[in-house]
Amino acid sequence: MNIQFKSIIELRAMLDNKSISISELIHESFLLAKKYNELNCFVTMNEEVGQKKADAAGSNNKNSSMLFGIPLAQKDLFCTENLRTTCSSKILSNFIPPYTATAVKKLEDAGSITIGKTNMDEFAMGSSNETSFFGNVHNPWKKGYVPGGSSGGSAAAVAAGIVPAATGTDTGGSIRQPAAHCGITGLKPTYGRVSRWGMIAFASSLDQAGPLARTAEDCAILLNSMSGYDSKDTTSLNSDVPDFLANINQPIDGLKIGIIKEFNLNDLDSEVQARFEESKKTYEKLGAKFIEVSLPNISASVPTYYSIAPAECSSNLSRFDGVRFGHRAKNTTDLNDLYIKSRSEGFGDEVKRRILIGTYALSAGYYDAYYKKAQQVRRLIKNDFDQVFQSVDVLMTPTSPNTAFEFGSKGMQNPVELYLEDLFTISSNLAGLPAISIPHGQVNSLPVGLQLIGNFLKEDQLLNTAHLFQKNSDFHLAQPSLEDFS
Amino acid sequence: MSWETVIGLETHVQLSTKTKLFSRASTAFGASPNTNVNLVDCGLPGVLPSVNKEAFYKAIRFGIAIDAQINQVSIFDRKNYFYADLPKGYQITQMELPIVLGGSINIVSGETTKTINITRAHLEEDAGKSIHDEYDGYSAIDLNRAGTPLLEIVSEPEISSAKEAVAYMKAMHQLVTYLDVSDGNMAQGSLRCDANVSIRKKGDKDLGTRTEIKNINSFKFIEKAINFEIKRQIKILEKGETVTQETRLYDSSKDETRSMRSKEFANDYRYFPEPDLLPVVISDEEIKRIKDEFPELPSEKEMRYQQDFKISAYDAQIIASSKSMADFFEAAAEQTGNYNLLANWLIGEISAYLNKELIEINESKLSIANVAILINRIDDQTISGKIGKAIFEEMCISGISPDEIIESQGLKQISDDGAIEEIINSVINDNPAQVEAYLGGKDKLFGFFVGQVMKLTQGKANPKTVNAILKEKLK
Repeated sequence: MNIQFKSIIELRAMLDNKSISISELIHESFLLAKKYNELNCFVTMNEEVGQKKADAAGSNNKNSSMLFGIPLAQKDLFCTENLRTTCSSKILSNFIPPYTATAVKKLEDAGSITIGKTNMDEFAMGSSNETSFFGNVHNPWKKGYVPGGSSGGSAAAVAAGIVPAATGTDTGGSIRQPAAHCGITGLKPTYGRVSRWGMIAFASSLDQAGPLARTAEDCAILLNSMSGYDSKDTTSLNSDVPDFLANINQPIDGLKIGIIKEFNLNDLDSEVQARFEESKKTYEKLGAKFIEVSLPNISASVPTYYSIAPAECSSNLSRFDGVRFGHRAKNTTDLNDLYIKSRSEGFGDEVKRRILIGTYALSAGYYDAYYKKAQQVRRLIKNDFDQVFQSVDVLMTPTSPNTAFEFGSKGMQNPVELYLEDLFTISSNLAGLPAISIPHGQVNSLPVGLQLIGNFLKEDQLLNTAHLFQKNSDFHLAQPSLEDFS
Repeated sequence: MSWETVIGLETHVQLSTKTKLFSRASTAFGASPNTNVNLVDCGLPGVLPSVNKEAFYKAIRFGIAIDAQINQVSIFDRKNYFYADLPKGYQITQMELPIVLGGSINIVSGETTKTINITRAHLEEDAGKSIHDEYDGYSAIDLNRAGTPLLEIVSEPEISSAKEAVAYMKAMHQLVTYLDVSDGNMAQGSLRCDANVSIRKKGDKDLGTRTEIKNINSFKFIEKAINFEIKRQIKILEKGETVTQETRLYDSSKDETRSMRSKEFANDYRYFPEPDLLPVVISDEEIKRIKDEFPELPSEKEMRYQQDFKISAYDAQIIASSKSMADFFEAAAEQTGNYNLLANWLIGEISAYLNKELIEINESKLSIANVAILINRIDDQTISGKIGKAIFEEMCISGISPDEIIESQGLKQISDDGAIEEIINSVINDNPAQVEAYLGGKDKLFGFFVGQVMKLTQGKANPKTVNAILKEKLK
């Protein structure tokens, strides 16, 4: 029974009508992972435990939970009890956590089965998955091309149809940008919607977990399970969690969509621009109205982000010191030498670069000029959004200025070139707002993503808006041939 | 040249909460290494802190007691530095917005009372403990203490001698124990201080260069360390040299301070607001509840003791001055009727013993029940006061009940008239010369006869009975 490229809703139907058992479904998923091993989506497989859990279900297929028996992949920065968690870093290459992240635990409690941990940029620092200690992930649409990052392994595994959905995390675009480059749907929820407990921190005030899937509906299914207040993460939001699937089909007649004046789309690749104009027409047909809006401070997003995120990362990554867990250098002379050697050997270049930038931004005499100033600008950006959401329901931008690029072609000489990949995605992290990327066509046989940004806690509206687009288009149904990978 | 000393103290008070400041692990002292440690305390990847509000309530209680401003919105900051017993590579503390601002503490040094102003008091987590000398070639780390809540109380530089510094710390000890903010146990590190010491010419307005003596944990060492440092600095200044700004450690075995690190090697702690915690907001209702539940302070206890227990003002003041003593007194008073005798023993024998051992009563082997029994046995004349003292010494060492000691050593007082009369008769018969002298007017010899009786009864004869019968016999 072929399960490749099936959505959760399709797999649910197959399970419910007994055309496949949970055991067979999980087995098929592991077979696909092996078949497309060359994509390098996974760092660690959970075959023994995952298959055992599936076999234990026996012929019992039916369950009130949509996720019962569904195979999922988890980004390798979610701690998973007794299952290696590396953050794609050498420093954690042998780390086996004694506990499971809340987001993953909730998905597993809903009956889903974790088949493996996905490759990513080291400590989620990167936009191309090229900073992983475990090697590059290929874009399923084109060998030798990046899948985007940092949740590149999760995006590629979903795009290749190995699993119907996967978890990711998004600090500056790390769910949306790889979703765009791989032609799938990815949602970054409102900051605090999903607990960060057990998510290995990159930048605490920006990090947010979310789903990557084939459709907005499937994203809604995952978000239903992942969301909610967690007493172990006191920054998580104590707000009602709606049923995100319940209102996904509402008509959007009269929906006001904002186009951000400051993002000059004429600078974009003309094909990417053309896709954007086409999608506007699709929404107009559905009754939406477009309004040009101004976010005067949004152009400061990238420098603001690159002051705050590295600062928090420089502190968050201090615990990787070789003392209690993770890589410890051999033949060290004293405590300082242990720190220097363990960290020099354990971290890759991009992680080191960001620790240095962050340490500098926080140091005495520079704090006011960098970190503090950046926090002030962040507040202005957030105020801009608050203002704009008084007159529009959602904002629409491209997810990324371009399509996936070739390995090694970007940012090798000048890292800032790669930092600009996140131009459209970063501001919603700074403002803590939900945003979704959906596929809306291809340029040169590579997927292009459309981003919708919603107001605070308005994931239901974003999912509704995205789903209606998918109901009226078939871009999300496109499948890569994968002929170069098996 | 006449010199003047300026001292400011940073006091670290370990708050007596059941669990840690940011995790639900126990704060109990003395557990085997790394057992009071959970995922948060060892800083595992992916863990997050969550605030223990009880620590806030204790900090606020302290703030109210010193008449300080309470910041009802307070923010935590990260202080970044690397050390093996600092699991996260940063300490969570309060830099910009401490919970307590201002206030003051009165100290009594000798005959004079002085008010020392408090700059601020903030909450922070303690680090773990590094053990360097137990394993050959290795250092060991115990994280039991990591995450324990501390209140760091910073004084203005208004203390002018080592004696005043000790008086300040004693006042602090009384306050924090009374408020039930801390157990105040200095030997276990629950109360310790860093002393900033500088010297200037008498009359100078500007402060001299200061040194900071780290982590002093007894009243005795505070006095010694500061006095050593004052002398050291004056010596330098009198030679016309300058004091180096640095951190120093007090070595009690050599009674000296020595340099730990100078200013140029000071860490850049890169403070920034802790993004894993939201600002902590304390409501007006919470403040009101803390005020309503405010514990009884020493002056209030003094008044109550005089009224309820009819003990003297002097006794009441001494007992109330120490929280542990006062608690002990109140509990023991429930088990005995002779409050005055209990008070006398507490400020007499018991205090003398505690002072000699430099411990608090709750750290000694003296239990409330046993002391009450001792008082009751003296009160009901089972034993004499003198035997009571011998039993007390035994209790201090073994912690055994007085009744058991009386029983096993046959110390029960002889109050039987017949038995005592028999012994008195034999004493009179054996000492005819002294009897003659006494009857001839040498009254002082009465004590000799009492002594002989006590000797023959090993002190167990009831002295009142002995006196009465002797007087009768020697008429």
